[in-house]
Amino acid sequence: MTRFILNGQKVNTAMPEDTPLLWVLRDGLELTGTKFGCGMGLCGACTVHVDGVAVKSCSTPVSAVADKHVTTIEQIGRNRVGAAVQAAWQKLDVVQCGYCQSGQIMAATALLAKTPRPSDADIDAAMAGNLCRCATYVRIRAAIHEAAKSLAGRGVA
Amino acid sequence: MKTRIENVSRRDFLKTGAGLTLGLVLPGAGSALAAAAKDAPQAETAFAPNAFVRIDTDNRVTVVAKHLEMGQGTYTGLATLVAEELDADWAQVIVEGAPADAKRYNNLLFGPSQGTGGSTAIANSFEQLRQAGASARAMLVQAAAARWKVPAGEIRVRAGVVSHAKSGRKASFGELAEAAAKQPVPQDVRLKDPKDFTLIGRHVPRKDSVEKTTGRAQFTQDVKLPGMLVAVVAHPPRFGATVRAVDERAARAVPGVVRVERIPQGVAVLARDYWTAKKGRDALQIDWDDSTAYRGSTERIFADYRQLAATPGLVARRDGDTDKALAGGAKALEAEYAFPYLAHAPMEPLNCVMRVDAQGCEVWNGEQFQTGDQYTLAAFFGLKPEQVKLNMLFAGGSFGRRANPAADYVLETAHIVKAIRGEAPVKLVWSREDDMRAGYYRPLYLHRLRAALDAQGKPLAWAQRVVGQSILAGTSFESAMVKDGIDGTSVEGAANLPYAIPNLQVELHTTSKDVKVPVLWWRSVGSTHTAFAAEAFLDELATAADADPVAYRLDLLGAHPRHAGVLKLAADKAGWSKPLPPAKTGKRGRGVAVHESFNTYVAQVVEVTVAPDGGFTVDRVVCAVDCGIAVNPDVIRAQMEGGIGFGLSAALSGAITLKDGVVEQSNFHDYPILRIDQMPRIEVHIVPSAAKPTGVGEPGVPPIAPALVNALFAATGKRIRTLPIGDQLKA
Repeated sequence: MTRFILNGQKVNTAMPEDTPLLWVLRDGLELTGTKFGCGMGLCGACTVHVDGVAVKSCSTPVSAVADKHVTTIEQIGRNRVGAAVQAAWQKLDVVQCGYCQSGQIMAATALLAKTPRPSDADIDAAMAGNLCRCATYVRIRAAIHEAAKSLAGRGVA
Repeated sequence: MKTRIENVSRRDFLKTGAGLTLGLVLPGAGSALAAAAKDAPQAETAFAPNAFVRIDTDNRVTVVAKHLEMGQGTYTGLATLVAEELDADWAQVIVEGAPADAKRYNNLLFGPSQGTGGSTAIANSFEQLRQAGASARAMLVQAAAARWKVPAGEIRVRAGVVSHAKSGRKASFGELAEAAAKQPVPQDVRLKDPKDFTLIGRHVPRKDSVEKTTGRAQFTQDVKLPGMLVAVVAHPPRFGATVRAVDERAARAVPGVVRVERIPQGVAVLARDYWTAKKGRDALQIDWDDSTAYRGSTERIFADYRQLAATPGLVARRDGDTDKALAGGAKALEAEYAFPYLAHAPMEPLNCVMRVDAQGCEVWNGEQFQTGDQYTLAAFFGLKPEQVKLNMLFAGGSFGRRANPAADYVLETAHIVKAIRGEAPVKLVWSREDDMRAGYYRPLYLHRLRAALDAQGKPLAWAQRVVGQSILAGTSFESAMVKDGIDGTSVEGAANLPYAIPNLQVELHTTSKDVKVPVLWWRSVGSTHTAFAAEAFLDELATAADADPVAYRLDLLGAHPRHAGVLKLAADKAGWSKPLPPAKTGKRGRGVAVHESFNTYVAQVVEVTVAPDGGFTVDRVVCAVDCGIAVNPDVIRAQMEGGIGFGLSAALSGAITLKDGVVEQSNFHDYPILRIDQMPRIEVHIVPSAAKPTGVGEPGVPPIAPALVNALFAATGKRIRTLPIGDQLKA
């Protein structure tokens, strides 16, 4: 039995401790916004936040998040930075197939929380672990700048 | 494909539309998805004038999309066509995937068959869906005229509001929906003059952005049905191998594993969740029988192809006398181009959800080829095609992979469902490794090209031999699309070379009898390799002629103004006539390519910087596209950006290789796809046009690889003729 705090609520799972967090979220707790892409931490589709840090949930055993705060795409909009990122993604119509975008948004939110005005190089460094087969990267970059601008404009950053 | 389904013309559908919609079944009814949909406010459908549009009393306009949304923006594009002629407010429009029904939802360019591919969605729907919208609009207007007792000609519709200026009356679509349903379906509707378009050609937000940025979008991977089992399958390491013996004990010992089943595709392990099923699968001890397996290797295949390329093949195009002209030129050139197998590698590994009972079979899938899958499953289960219900969900990418005439992963799911006698719904989930090694690749090809120039450097002769497997051989498309032994998809982009060359011959060797690697179309199909060979070799000709690559092409494109148009536009916007600004370190270069695929014309100018060690960056791509009327300019830009990125992955590092029949790659570490730090700046320019719209999902891909190697040549003087580029400049 592993306990952790998921999107602000205490949860338990009886799934084995070595089960990756991804599958506890998706199959155990039925939060399917976090995606399965590679199972090896190579693509970032499964990115969630653990205590505010972007983590690849496909290669994180659930035991590693015991008593920690896990945030997923379903709740990231409650966070001011996350909401700004989602709004920028929608404004610029970043998505194509959309399958990687939960992970992209989680990674971008973690970047902006730490680096409110990232350069292109900051973005490339922070986002290089999040693959997009539709190659929406031009817009991902633009949307991160857009979100940074909107956050700065609101005096949040 | 042989089907008994008859094509319903646009006129017929308008005549019978009202009757047909009575039978419209909501996809996902009775499923977990329908349960989720219950949370949304539901109103009775008040007005369903045809198969493509419904208007509810709550003022919602539902567009039924017959094509799969796999990222290309088709839900947005199809809805734009309906909303334009309906004069709906874009915000009131929602999109829903169509059920499988080839009578109503066939692809008009595929004949009597429902499916998505070949960049046809907008091209085949442009009139059909505008007529659907216009027909609904006419019925709303008639209803308003009757209610207000005013002439229909005085009624105006704008942004979802029906109004009559003289009387000052107004109504929403929802208020008129029930009355509109009682109006006769018009036999003939007039479509708008393009100058009156308010949505087509303008920016409208994508219809799938919100759900895809909040985690709410439903992909096949997200489907969970009551009692559902997740299946993970052990597949043979070689194509064509079978199970000789299996020791299931360790798999069955994994807590939570409920079934282990042998199927023709391998051994399936079933559990309530993926991780348990995968653990079970990994614990299987299987003795594979390779006696029927294909054991080829990439190196050996290329060696065999090279020998074939030295011999004449079947002639796909013959102009003039190439042999004679090759012997008589002032200058001769020869080159060989090599292309590896490529995996589609969509971000969502392939999967499928299926259940079967006495009534029929129901499938949840990123469904790209409804009619094929429906008939395949009907034959497999002994059902009538209409007893196979397909729920089309978003696909997390496809690039051609989910439209497979062999229905591979769909049939694999069916075998598992049958093996457990339909006792539970099954979700087949492939791991990334399963997906990468499952075959159905873009075929490996070898091209041999020869050319002769006259004393002025103009091409006198061009001879091209293409060697590779046929995508269509052995499929239901073979009889219709393979002519005189020539698979059109093997030579498209080569046999229709647009350049004016008096002696031109294109030949094909098809190797499908000997090479048993499953192959399939891959975003832009034949043009993935033919555009490279043609545009890279033409660049060599320009160099040999000491000519500017743009001017040299334009000189040969007199009969092809749309090729010339995009080429000029891209060159102009890229500042082709001015020198490139130098880099702090390294050499800069600029290259160009132009190619038509699926009746859409694309030119790209690529700028690179090559470091002293041979490493390089792709700095900027300027792209011009002519796809006729630009229905959704922002979606077109997105598809060009994405096509360039997709093509760059293949150009830089994409290769599936075989050794003794075993695929050597397994995941993104050894089949790398483009990362954000490799993505160039991209500018897209759309040629204004009044021509009928053509597709944009694929045509952005072909020019990027040849434009890139031409740019690398401009920077380094080194020609790259083998893809991927990899470390060839470092050697």
